[in-house]
Amino acid sequence: MEAFGLLLHGFAVLLTWKTLLLMMVGLVLGIFVGVLPGLGGPNGVAILLPLTFTMDPTSAIVMLSCIYWGALFGGAITSILFNIPGEAWSVATTFDGYPMAQQGRAAEALTAAFTSSFVGSLVAVLLITFLAPMISSFALRFGPPEFFAVYLLTFCSFVGLGREAKHKTVISMSLGLLLAGVGMDTVSGQLRMTFGSAELLRGINFLVAVIGLFGISEILLTMEERLALRGHAAGISLRVVLSVWKDLPKYWVTLLRSSVIGCWLGITPGGAIAASFMGYNLAKRFAKDQESFGKGRIEGVFAPETAAHASGTSALLPMLALGIPGSGTAAILLGGLMVWGLNPGPLLFVEHKDFVWGLIASMYLGNVVGLVLVLTTVPIFASILRVPFAAVAPMIVVSCAIGAYAIQNAMFDIWLMLGFGVVGYVFKKIGIPLAPFTLALVLGNRAEDAFRLSMIGSGGDMKVFWSNGLVGTITTLAIVLLFWPVIDKAFVGLGRMLRPARA
Amino acid sequence: MSNTELEIVVDDPTAPEDNSPAVVSTGVVDVVVSLLLLALAVVLGWDNWRTGASWDSTGPQPGYFPFYLSVILGGASLYGLGAAFLSRREAAETFVTRAQLRRVMAVFVPTLLFCLATQYLGLYVASFFLIAGFMRLVGKIALWKSLLTAFVFTAVMFVTFDIVFDVIMPKGPLEAALGR
Repeated sequence: MEAFGLLLHGFAVLLTWKTLLLMMVGLVLGIFVGVLPGLGGPNGVAILLPLTFTMDPTSAIVMLSCIYWGALFGGAITSILFNIPGEAWSVATTFDGYPMAQQGRAAEALTAAFTSSFVGSLVAVLLITFLAPMISSFALRFGPPEFFAVYLLTFCSFVGLGREAKHKTVISMSLGLLLAGVGMDTVSGQLRMTFGSAELLRGINFLVAVIGLFGISEILLTMEERLALRGHAAGISLRVVLSVWKDLPKYWVTLLRSSVIGCWLGITPGGAIAASFMGYNLAKRFAKDQESFGKGRIEGVFAPETAAHASGTSALLPMLALGIPGSGTAAILLGGLMVWGLNPGPLLFVEHKDFVWGLIASMYLGNVVGLVLVLTTVPIFASILRVPFAAVAPMIVVSCAIGAYAIQNAMFDIWLMLGFGVVGYVFKKIGIPLAPFTLALVLGNRAEDAFRLSMIGSGGDMKVFWSNGLVGTITTLAIVLLFWPVIDKAFVGLGRMLRPARA
Repeated sequence: MSNTELEIVVDDPTAPEDNSPAVVSTGVVDVVVSLLLLALAVVLGWDNWRTGASWDSTGPQPGYFPFYLSVILGGASLYGLGAAFLSRREAAETFVTRAQLRRVMAVFVPTLLFCLATQYLGLYVASFFLIAGFMRLVGKIALWKSLLTAFVFTAVMFVTFDIVFDVIMPKGPLEAALGR
C-alpha cells in the first residue's frame, strides 16, 4: 500500500494551523461564490487565483481546491431555499429540494444535500487515491503521439457526446485552439496571429478569458433575467441532521449508483451537469412510485447531489494523472498549476510527491471540514441573498478586473476580459457551449506541441497515430466518439434515458 | 430551529414588467455571429498561410496547426450560417427584448466606464465610483449606504491585495498624491 503511506504523509504536510486556516477561508469564499447566482465555481476560482500567487504551491492549491468544494456545497443552498440553482449542476436538486422546503422540510433537504455531496466526493477521492497513481505511472510510458491521441480523444468526446449542436461545439473548440496559438510560437519562436500588436505578443491568457467568459457574462445574464428571489429561511438543528443520517443506509443503492455515474462522467468530460441529471433520472426510473418524485422526495435530493459532487471531484483525476482537466474548474486549477511552475501530467506524481499527496489529502480534509462548516452556517449564507444585487454586481465586476489584471499586470487584459464578457454573453444566448472553448484554450499549446513533436519524430507520417496498439486504440476511440451521434442511433432507447427529466 | 415559515423575499426594485417588444431575433444574431466567425477564420487563416502552413525539413511550419484550425472554424461557421438560414423555428425566437437590453446595458455601460476610468484614475478610485454610482443610480439605494459600501469594499480590496498579498493594481493620481 504505497499510496496509503504517501497519503498519510500528505496529511502530515497539511495538519498545520496555517493550512487549516487557509482551508476554512477557501471553503467560506467558495460557499459564498456558490451561493451568489452571478458567480460560480469556475469564476470563483479564477477571480481568487491571484490571491494565491504569492503563496507556496501547496498552500495555494489547498485554498483553491477548497474554494472549489465550497462552491459545490454552496450551489445546493440556493437551489433548495430559493428554487434558484447557483450552479447549473444544482438544477436537478431543485426538482425535489424546493418542494421539500415548501413543505417546511428545508433543514432535512439541506442536510440530505450536504451529506450526499460529502458521500459523492468521498467516493471520488477514494477513486483518485488509488487510481491516479496507477494511471500516471502507466502514462509515464506515453510519448508525444500518445499524448496527442489523448488530447484528440478529449476534444472528440466533447463534440460527439455534447448535447449542443455539433457545429457549435466545433466552433467553440476551434476558436479556443486558435486563440491559444496567438503570440510567440513555442517551437520556432516565430510570431503568429499578432498582426503587429505588442499587446498580443503575450498571447491570450487563459484565465483572463475565463474571467470574462464566466464572470462578466454571467453578470450580464443575471441582470437580463432580473432577479426576484422568493425563498425560505432555514436553520439546521442537530436532531434533524441525526435523523437524516439515521435513514442514510436505506438509500445506499441510490448513493452508490449516483457515485458511480458521477465518477464516470467526471473522468470523461461529460461534466457534473450531465451527471446530476442522469443520477436523478435513474433514481426516478428505479423507484417503486415514480409519481412522488418532484413533490419533495428525499431521494430526489440525494441522487443528483451525490452524482454532481462525485463528478466534480473525479474531474480532478485526469487533470492530475494526465494533465487533462475533466471540467472547466479543473481546467482553471490546471492553469494555476502552470503559474506555479508545476507541469501537470504523469511526471507530477514523481517529481512533486509532496504536492500531489498534499492535494489529495486536502480533498479528504476539505470535505469533512466543509460538511461541518456548511451545516452550521447555512442561515448566514442564505441571508447573503438579501443583499441587493445592485450592490453585489459592481463588486463582482471589480473582483473580475482585479483578477484579470493581476495575472500579467497588463491593462490590456482588463479590456480583453470585457471583450470576452460580451462574447460569452452572446455565445450563451445562441447556444455555443463555453466549456469546449475553455478546455481548448488551456490545452491548445500542449496539444499542438504533442502533434508537432510526433510529426517531427515520424517525419510527417500520419500513421504514427496508429503505430502501436496503445496509441492506435486511443486514436480509433477518439474517431468513434467524434461520430458517436451517428452510431448512437442504435441506442436511441438508452439516449432517451440520458436526457433531462421534466421537473 | 424550525422557523421555515419565515420567508426571505428578495426583489429587484428596478425590475420592470414583462411583455416588452423584441429588439432582435435569435436567428439574426446567429447569422451575424456566424459571419463574424467566418471573417475571423479567413483573417487568421490568411495570416497563418503567410507565416507558413506547409512542411519543411524540421516538420510542420509554425502556421500549419492554426491554419487547419482556421479551416475547421471557417467550415463550421459556414455550416452554422446555412443552418441558421434554414431553421425557421429558431429564427423567430427572441434574442433580447427591449427591457432586457436596457437592463443589460445598465450593467455593461458602467463596466465599460469602469475599465476606462481604471486606465486613467487607477483601479481603486474607479472601483469606488463604480460601486457607489451603480448602487445609487441603478439600485436606488440611499446615498450614504452607497458611499459607505463603496468605500469599505474598496478599502478592503486595497488592504487585501496591495498590502497583505502584495499584488499590485493599476494606480492613478490619487494614489500618487498619497505616496503609494
